[in-house]
Amino acid sequence: MLDLFAYGAFFLTMALTYATICLGLNVQWGQTGLFNVGVAGFVAIGGYVSALLTTPEAADRVGGFGLPIFVGWAGGALAAGLATFFVGAITIRLRSDYLAIATFGVAVAIHLCVLNLEGLTGGPFGIGFIPRPFASTAGDPSVFGALNLVVMVLVVGLLYLFLERLVRSPWGRVLRAIREDEPAALALGKNAVRYRLEAFAIGGAIMGLAGAAQAHFIGFIAPDNYMPTLTFQVWAMLIVGGSGNNRGAILGAIVVWGLWAVSAGLVSAVFPPEQQARAAALQIVLIGASLCAILLLRPRGILGEVSMVSRHLGASPTQIAPATERQNAEQA
Amino acid sequence: MTAQILIDGLIAGSMIGLGAIGVTLTYSILRFANFAHGDMISWGAYFAYAASALLGLASTSLTTPIAPFSFGWSLPLATVVAVVLTAALALLVDAVLFGPLRARRSAVIILVMASFGAALTLRSLLEFIFTAQPAYFTDELQIAIRLGGGMRATPDQLLTLALAVVVVTAVHLMLTRTAIGRSMRAVSENPQLSGVVGIDVRSVVRIVWVLGAALACVAGVMAGLLVQIRPQMGLDLLLPLFAAAILGGIGSVPGAMIAGLIVGLAEAVAVQTIGAEWRASVAFLILVAILILRPQGLFGRAA
Repeated sequence: MLDLFAYGAFFLTMALTYATICLGLNVQWGQTGLFNVGVAGFVAIGGYVSALLTTPEAADRVGGFGLPIFVGWAGGALAAGLATFFVGAITIRLRSDYLAIATFGVAVAIHLCVLNLEGLTGGPFGIGFIPRPFASTAGDPSVFGALNLVVMVLVVGLLYLFLERLVRSPWGRVLRAIREDEPAALALGKNAVRYRLEAFAIGGAIMGLAGAAQAHFIGFIAPDNYMPTLTFQVWAMLIVGGSGNNRGAILGAIVVWGLWAVSAGLVSAVFPPEQQARAAALQIVLIGASLCAILLLRPRGILGEVSMVSRHLGASPTQIAPATERQNAEQA
Repeated sequence: MTAQILIDGLIAGSMIGLGAIGVTLTYSILRFANFAHGDMISWGAYFAYAASALLGLASTSLTTPIAPFSFGWSLPLATVVAVVLTAALALLVDAVLFGPLRARRSAVIILVMASFGAALTLRSLLEFIFTAQPAYFTDELQIAIRLGGGMRATPDQLLTLALAVVVVTAVHLMLTRTAIGRSMRAVSENPQLSGVVGIDVRSVVRIVWVLGAALACVAGVMAGLLVQIRPQMGLDLLLPLFAAAILGGIGSVPGAMIAGLIVGLAEAVAVQTIGAEWRASVAFLILVAILILRPQGLFGRAA
């Protein structure tokens, strides 16, 4: 029974770290329409910077600065935010799929750096002994699991409230205006490039925070954690849950992570041990096929985007929606 | 030493160039960056691998090497089979995934995302069927011949270089001299207008998939013959392909080939001077440089 509780807490905590990445992606894609194929790279920056700041001093690489965990989290988020800002500054003016190609390249380059800069990142063996929150309770798995789960629930909850405020703020409205009709937003004097860049960097910082949280929860990171498969899982989570909807992002993360865990269990139960590495590829096929199926059959995902208006307008969203549809029809 | 960089670069570059032609064609005519193109390269290589193995079972005389090359007649025959199968696979993916999305007038970026999903699905399927272990067309060893000036190349390498030149010339002539090529260029300029003047846009779309997949398959067989066959090979080539397609200017076939050679040569220089572990960063640096300095590419027109 206690084992089950510890596993449940572990499962949910992991799902919530993915939910955090997903919330970051939702700012970039759901709210702003920026396609980021380099999610894994920005998560890696968060994880590695945080690990570097907080691990005890190590002989074979730079740092370990032994700083407190929350400093690592902040550092990871800041570093990933800066990295996304620079990538965005180069590519955001260009065609939308150039951004996709460039972010894909960034993920490849970051993976290459963490693999080869052994003096900084530990190379292919990664970084171990990353301090875990509440490590003193690690002797009792259920207490340790519960405390970590509470931390992640708080992180995701606060982030959710912050992002919900943000998307309903004037800033969030401009983002959606640019996404839906850029010339109109430009005509109103909104600097589309600047808004996009801000959204891209905020989303990147959230991914970095998630990377840091994940690194500290597991206590060990290696380059192989940050393969394109991670990017792909997070995209599947956001699309399944409903892009443009923060609750959808969280729900999608839990659903897809659940599917992933169940299919991993099936693979280990059904296939003999020597075939398991091979059968694990089927998990990715499953996730990939479901992503494509959702794009074809239910593009809005489980929850879908709800139209949002300023709370000062006083009108209910359902009354506003037909008007925007009419405008779209007139333009088309 | 330095002259050898030229040979290594040209060989790697010709594979990148062949793949980049497919990327640039789908990009300019179907109007999206196809992340699944790299996996067409891997599937092409594995199709040829499977067909060649089956032919070898049918008759051992097919696997006896044709001097001076390392492979028997089973490989050229298998390549023809693999080109057909890869083209069929591309048409299947289009019919199941991209076609319905196009019919629904989905945003470009939805197509890109779908191609991203298709890429990982296709690659993982390969990993499931053939496992992640590298495979080889032949176990024969080849001795490099001296070309003068300190350059060495195996007969296989020289053959693939010659093949790349022939294929690229054929594609270029097809695009510039034939009615099919004219309709393809017309659709790339303006799909609605070319539909109005009586061009069958759907058949042009099919030709683009067939052509892109065929070139990808040839590139895959070349990479499989000269290096090895792995499910990841297409993913590793994807960034060089995009870098070459953008560097050459989207839509330009000679541009894609020349840019492919440039990327290949730059990689060869980096491998010799910095080290092989940084090879993959070269394409990224070229990509960033071209996006900052000249986003329309060397031979492209400004948007």
